[in-house]
Amino acid sequence: MFATLIAEAPRFFTYWNMVFLATAVGNTLVMAFAGCGLGLLFGLGLAVTRAERIVHVAPLRWLAILFVEVFRRIPVLVLLLFVFFTFQLLGFSLHALAVGTIAIVLRASSLFAENFRAGIESVHPNQWDAAEVMNLSPLQTLRLTVLPQAWPVILPPMTIGLVGMIKATSLASQISVLELTFAARQLNQRGFSALIAFGTILVIYFVISWGVARLGASVERRLVPQHRRA
Amino acid sequence: MFLSIDGLSAGYGGTRVLEDVSFSLERGEIVSLIGPSGSGKSTVLRCLVGLVPPEAGRIALDGSAVDYTSRAAVRGVRDRLAIVFQQYNLFQNMTALDNVAIAPLKVKGWPKAEVMADAKRLLDTVGLGDKHGAYPDQLSGGQQQRVAIARALALKPDVLLLDEITSALDPELVTEVLDTIRGLAANGMTMLVVSHEMAFVREVSSRVLFMDRGRVIETGPPAELFDAPRTERARDFVTKILRH
Amino acid sequence: MNYTFQWGQVTGHIPYLAGGAMIALQLAFFGFAIGMVVGALCAATKAYGPKAARRLVDAYVSFFTNTPLLVQIFFLYYGLPDAGIFLDSYQAVLVGISLNAGAYLTEIQRAGFMSVRRTELDAAATLGFSRLQMIRYVVVPHLLKTLYAPLANHYIVMVLGTSIAAIFGVEELTGRALNVNAINFRSFEIFSIAAGMYITLTIAASASLYWFGLYAFRIKAKVF
Ligand SMILES: Nc1ncnc2c1ncn2[C@@H]1O[C@H](COP(=O)(O)OP(=O)(O)OP(=O)(O)O)[C@@H](O)[C@H]1O
Ligand SMILES: [Mg+2]
Repeated sequence: MFATLIAEAPRFFTYWNMVFLATAVGNTLVMAFAGCGLGLLFGLGLAVTRAERIVHVAPLRWLAILFVEVFRRIPVLVLLLFVFFTFQLLGFSLHALAVGTIAIVLRASSLFAENFRAGIESVHPNQWDAAEVMNLSPLQTLRLTVLPQAWPVILPPMTIGLVGMIKATSLASQISVLELTFAARQLNQRGFSALIAFGTILVIYFVISWGVARLGASVERRLVPQHRRA
Repeated sequence: MFLSIDGLSAGYGGTRVLEDVSFSLERGEIVSLIGPSGSGKSTVLRCLVGLVPPEAGRIALDGSAVDYTSRAAVRGVRDRLAIVFQQYNLFQNMTALDNVAIAPLKVKGWPKAEVMADAKRLLDTVGLGDKHGAYPDQLSGGQQQRVAIARALALKPDVLLLDEITSALDPELVTEVLDTIRGLAANGMTMLVVSHEMAFVREVSSRVLFMDRGRVIETGPPAELFDAPRTERARDFVTKILRH
Repeated sequence: MNYTFQWGQVTGHIPYLAGGAMIALQLAFFGFAIGMVVGALCAATKAYGPKAARRLVDAYVSFFTNTPLLVQIFFLYYGLPDAGIFLDSYQAVLVGISLNAGAYLTEIQRAGFMSVRRTELDAAATLGFSRLQMIRYVVVPHLLKTLYAPLANHYIVMVLGTSIAAIFGVEELTGRALNVNAINFRSFEIFSIAAGMYITLTIAASASLYWFGLYAFRIKAKVF
């Protein structure tokens, strides 16, 4: 197995193949970062919208819950196809990369909303009482005392969620986004062995995920003071 | 009357816990609420600051009734009444100093230098001059309680509502906190105090209300209520408390 | 937009799609069962095995949890024939899903084992419990309590994950939706229905697992 790998390597790791893979890494990262960035934003928005201490209009809270419950229960692949066909039906010809990103955003928003919610709910209600009687607004309370106390609960699953979204971008290969998985399939079809084609991108995915996990750990170190770490 | 409560009823999710509660406070007066656990003392205070919506009755400040369904009115009340909770409820992610300074800075928008100087002075007055940078979980119960008092005072309230501020404390710590309150009383602060410290209640308050099962059963000057309670239930309660 | 919805052309296929949903549940179940065994072995190795074996388990877990399931299956499906192993698409998908699950379930089970407190066992020993009684009355209830919710959650996550099988031609729910789409091109309607079925399926699975936990083990688990 290793013999064939070594024999094949010079033919595989050529300049053009590397440029091809680099483009693919770029697209994977674009989907992952845009998807997760917007997902974090919308996720926080959804968690805030469904928080009883913040939003007093019940139907608004129900809408947020509905959004979360729907989108976290649809597989990413189905979500991708659904977004893809919906835009087709609307008559837009949206770039496949955008379709992929939208699907990731929908999924990430709903998953991250749950992480934020768990964090917000982990903070004792008496903190809200104390802030409320001093006339701090709900959003001030969230920003100044609730979120800072919730980070230890939010961040560990959030890091896992971010890694999950990077992995989910691989499904965009099914709508022909030139990302890592699509690139590997092309290389495989052009005659390179599955071992080297998929093996290489597995390593790349691993490195990206590992980097994100490290990033998560360092954010945790910065946001969670020493004496309150789990 | 400065603060008057008239026929107040309230509850949690359908179950009434306050029934027709009435009393009033003059400016500079200290009134104490006593009564067995679960009698509704905390709920009275929570109603006053708008954490529990009144279901019936009238609460008036300076003679004008407060509409607790109006957000603006509730904000106005909270500007003037400050509460110190039974469980302190200090912000766990903030130092003692930040706990005291946060509302003046973020709600009132007072100038930072002034607020910080004031917050430090308040912490010094409650005897925490060396604890400005400590987090709540690094402070003893008595120290946390005093930070909570300083935090309430930082907003320069007209009335201070104190909820069993010594009940969770060891006897040695009680003295520290009560000394703080005595200091406030001497300065003419209007206070509504829930307390089980009968000696203290007797010393500082001009009137005592005895509550049981959501109602005010008996009212009177401390000497009268403690030494010659008129009702059976108050007598029971007072003898039990005094035996401790 | 001049698209007219034609739900009628799709509703006839609902039983066919529902059959696909059953295959999704089944695939997830087999993958979960195999993954549990793999995970238990790996967790035991992590606890009691020699250092080299522990390292190997670490590598396995970290590799499979940090790379996409889809690529793992591609690797197996297209790579194994080179090594002389021929799997049909269902087998390749099942192996991929099981190995992937094994990595996550190793972590979940290990965390569960680690949370059995030494002190609890010591307390049970002082009370004169025998080894078997200890396992019966202390260890098992504790493990059930700590493991049930994360395991139930992972099963639901796996049910959603099985949609990947469609890419390899396995005719589970997503695969069947693609089949129907190839016949009548009512894509929007078909994928709405498929999405709705996944939602219903996972809500039903969450509810069943919640009630099962409650009645069988008296555990109030927060399931997905
Ligand atoms: N958040 C709540 N939800 C439902 N019921 C509550 C809540 N808080 C208090 N109660 C109930 O309301 C009643 C009055 O409670 P309250 O806290 O006002 O009593 P209290 O006199 O302050 O008692 P304690 O001396 O123990 O502090 C009690 O029966 C209590 O069980
Ligand atoms: Mg109370």
